[in-house]
Amino acid sequence: MSTTSVAHLFRVVVWGAAAGVAIAGGYLYLRTPSQSRFELPVTSAIGGPFTLTTAEGKPFSSQMLKGRPYALFFGFTNCPDVCPTTLLEMSNALAALGPDANRLNVLFVTVDPERDTAEHLKAYLSAFDRRIIGLTGSAADIASVARAYHVFYEKVPISSGYTMNHSATVFLMDRKGALAGTTNHEESDSVQRDKLRRLLSK
Amino acid sequence: MTLPALGQEFSAGTVKITQLWTREVPPSSKVAGGYMTITNTGSEPDTLVGGFLVGAGGFEVHQMETVGGQMKMRELKPGLVINPGETIVLKPGASHAMFLDLKTPPKVGQVMKGTLIFAKAGKVDVDYKVEPLGARAPADHGPVSKSNTAHEHH
Repeated sequence: MSTTSVAHLFRVVVWGAAAGVAIAGGYLYLRTPSQSRFELPVTSAIGGPFTLTTAEGKPFSSQMLKGRPYALFFGFTNCPDVCPTTLLEMSNALAALGPDANRLNVLFVTVDPERDTAEHLKAYLSAFDRRIIGLTGSAADIASVARAYHVFYEKVPISSGYTMNHSATVFLMDRKGALAGTTNHEESDSVQRDKLRRLLSK
Repeated sequence: MTLPALGQEFSAGTVKITQLWTREVPPSSKVAGGYMTITNTGSEPDTLVGGFLVGAGGFEVHQMETVGGQMKMRELKPGLVINPGETIVLKPGASHAMFLDLKTPPKVGQVMKGTLIFAKAGKVDVDYKVEPLGARAPADHGPVSKSNTAHEHH
């Protein structure tokens, strides 16, 4: 894991602990800001097995990802900015990578399964590269994946109902399912593509 | 239909609004961000408290920020304050108008008509230019990098 991603992970941990938020699973929750970053788990702590449902309504197991690198990020379809931007950037990156992109899986996991049914996700993702796999599931399934990736999400009440706070991180996982790095929508297209190329060459 | 020039200025009292735009959304998405530049030329603070968009069921004023890799959104109540002499740019990744329950999704080339409501200046009818999905800024605003240095409201 790069220094940057360790620092990033540290920030996520500190933010979660400082906010006193109940991160599902309690692992991050039990960490306190006073703990040294050097005590943080190594890369193997990010990721892990999961079972969800694709936008096509089919079961999807993380076992199906074995042997190929993948990029995984969290979002929701009522997201006005980060999610469509990240999806568009990943779509453009897949196009720019050419045939190599077929060796990469890109996964978009909703943090709003209540509203994001498979059918809804399918319509939403039709605006992006068709290779992007949309995933939804039960509230418990989503919480389990979020826990595996140490990400935090929450409902935020607004006048019209609710919106979601969530991680903006794109996790770059190698062919063995270990964390190889991260990116996000604030990085330039060229940095994102270099990272994806590097991931493909691992 | 005449497309609005982005330089078009709308005003109510001492509040001036320019560079209004929104962008296309993926199918089935019911929300879009409304972006603009608001200047208060008066000597009293004013507040953008709400508004309407033709084709949307709701309008709220939201603040977005990314902190430690977390996207955080909240509704600004009672609204977005613009101090005397201040110019605030509502843009992706920062404060913005939130169009909710979209019935007529924005399409590039269309003009979206709406109304802004300020606490002191009152109501003003405005037009939004529609940019493509994922646009970071209005197209004729010149090249914009992801590290846009435009003034931000704090």
